Amino acid sequence: MDLSAISPTLLVFALIVASTPILLAALGELVAERAGVLNLGVEGMMITGAICGFAAAFETGSPMLGFLAAAVGGAALSLVFGFLTQVLLSNQVATGLALTLFGLGLAAMLGQPYSGQSVPATPRLDLGPVNDIPFIGRVVFGHDWVVYFSLALAAAVWGFMKYSRAGLILRAVGENHDAAHALGYPVVAIRIAAIAFGGACAGLGGAYISLVRVPSWTEGMTAGAGWIALAIVVFGAWRAGRVVIGAYLFGGVTVLQLNLQAAGIAIPGEILSMSPYLITILVLVIISADRSRAALNAPAALGRTFHASS
Amino acid sequence: MKLKHIVTGAAAAIALATAAFAQDGEPVKVAFVYVGPKDDGGWSQQHHLMALEMVEHFGEQVEFSYLESVPEAESERVFTQLALAGNDIIFATSFGYMDPMLAAAEKFPDVKFEHATGYKTADNMANYAARFYEGRAIMGHIAGRMTETDRIGYIASFPVPEVLRGMSSAYIHAKKANPDVEMTVVWLGTWFDPPRESDATQAMIDQGIDVILAHTDSTAPLQTMEASGEEVWGFGQAADMIQFAPEPRLSSIIDDWAPYYIERVQAVIDGTWETGATWDGIAEGMVGIGEFSEAMPEEVRAEAQALMDSIVSGEYHPFTGPINKQDGSVWLAEGEVADDGTLLGMDFVVEGLNVDIPN
Repeated sequence: MDLSAISPTLLVFALIVASTPILLAALGELVAERAGVLNLGVEGMMITGAICGFAAAFETGSPMLGFLAAAVGGAALSLVFGFLTQVLLSNQVATGLALTLFGLGLAAMLGQPYSGQSVPATPRLDLGPVNDIPFIGRVVFGHDWVVYFSLALAAAVWGFMKYSRAGLILRAVGENHDAAHALGYPVVAIRIAAIAFGGACAGLGGAYISLVRVPSWTEGMTAGAGWIALAIVVFGAWRAGRVVIGAYLFGGVTVLQLNLQAAGIAIPGEILSMSPYLITILVLVIISADRSRAALNAPAALGRTFHASS
Repeated sequence: MKLKHIVTGAAAAIALATAAFAQDGEPVKVAFVYVGPKDDGGWSQQHHLMALEMVEHFGEQVEFSYLESVPEAESERVFTQLALAGNDIIFATSFGYMDPMLAAAEKFPDVKFEHATGYKTADNMANYAARFYEGRAIMGHIAGRMTETDRIGYIASFPVPEVLRGMSSAYIHAKKANPDVEMTVVWLGTWFDPPRESDATQAMIDQGIDVILAHTDSTAPLQTMEASGEEVWGFGQAADMIQFAPEPRLSSIIDDWAPYYIERVQAVIDGTWETGATWDGIAEGMVGIGEFSEAMPEEVRAEAQALMDSIVSGEYHPFTGPINKQDGSVWLAEGEVADDGTLLGMDFVVEGLNVDIPN
């Protein structure tokens, strides 16, 4: 019953570590969905990224190359989805689900030689005396580069969507692909690019689990993080800033409930375990209470198949 | 009497027929069902390796198949499928498979079912478990001796008897070794979720807990301890996890199922399979204790060894009174030893252990 046992510094630090994989994957999915593509294969791309990253980091000894390989692996898998849905015009929901199952199996196969192995740690930012500042030194300046990268990426996605012409075109494709096509924009190419970006981000998120958060390779280790990322995109109403808040909220509740249990707070374990999901649902209900606004946010062509002849 | 003879005779005839059948070169079909992936590095992997050992022992006499990561809630369908696929004996290796397996066993009286870590049996369903609490006693003792902060942690999955026995045994012996020790329990509500196992471990380390016993299936807790860079200790669980020795892994509880699997499959081949409940410990070899790490002081290693020896010789039972239940009521009087029935269905923890048992 001792709340003082919970150090705010360590709590916030752990929260950020727990949130980063979901944040990365959610940002990628956000871009894909803004282009009108609903890719339910996030979980499959994450776990593929997790094993590609782990294998590369193990073979080369460089976590940096590991993350690179994870992004490439995730993007490569997503291109399978891109080919099927954009070129062969298959159903996005079914293909996405298949991609998750395929990714889980593929990762399990690729990972056979790697279970039980260790990889070199991803270094944390070292600013000397700055790291000794209480709270800020650890929480703001004490992370590995991936954390800063994920936040920078969130800002970049936001800026891209809001201020760039390319972002406007991408959104146009997601809102009304026929109109975008009539204006001469290559709808399919843009969507495939968005899908690949989503895959690369999901791969990075997966690698953050296998290289930093756990760090080891175990089959099925993403344990549903991809589905959370999908929910966070809706939660964040397809906006980068809100996705950051959503991911940190989810990661925060997850870590907080474990800390509360470890501090001996007498809250039933089931309630604590389901609290991240409960809060996510609660916020979803609140933000969708105003139906007209919620509908405005969702890309109008989300999940719809495009063919130039139609 | 006559009827019984006939029935027994018929049973014997069928048994002989089955045996002959098996010897005719028709392999016995054996199936295993795991709750996690077969490469989890711990519980499910250990079952799988032991199953493979059994397969190697029998060679072409058996036809082996397995299903991994089978959710407990969906398992009845899986058992039914396996039975329909013509399996002669099906092993299920998680507590939560108990009732689904019992239901499947009723539907397929000719198929043999084997359930690990439960307490229910049927004419064609046996259960088997290992006395992990004996291992937990030794780990608890080591934990009590090794903690500097007097705070040890226990990462728990579900409040099933095996877990409640485990934490009680660990707590009793940690407390005996170090009267100031406090044990913190974190419930995860899952057997296998490496990121959450890691987060729980990190949360404990952050709060000054320096010895952590994990009762989940992956290597994530040890991995997190190793990566934390802090002076924290843990134990291998289900598998030796020797790759984390000498630090942070101090010792381990190793599940050795192979002899049991070989014996039971042999019984099916011979047609002598009978239901039953098997509960073996360190003495019988079903529970192995991993090598004590050099990171432990000589005297702690000696004490752990002595405790283990006394359990093996039968001279000491880890649940020997006086022990009270958590609510303060008397469970075991001075010198009284817990009976297997109570232990198998244990739904409480011992006094002093500050934990809320989820329903």
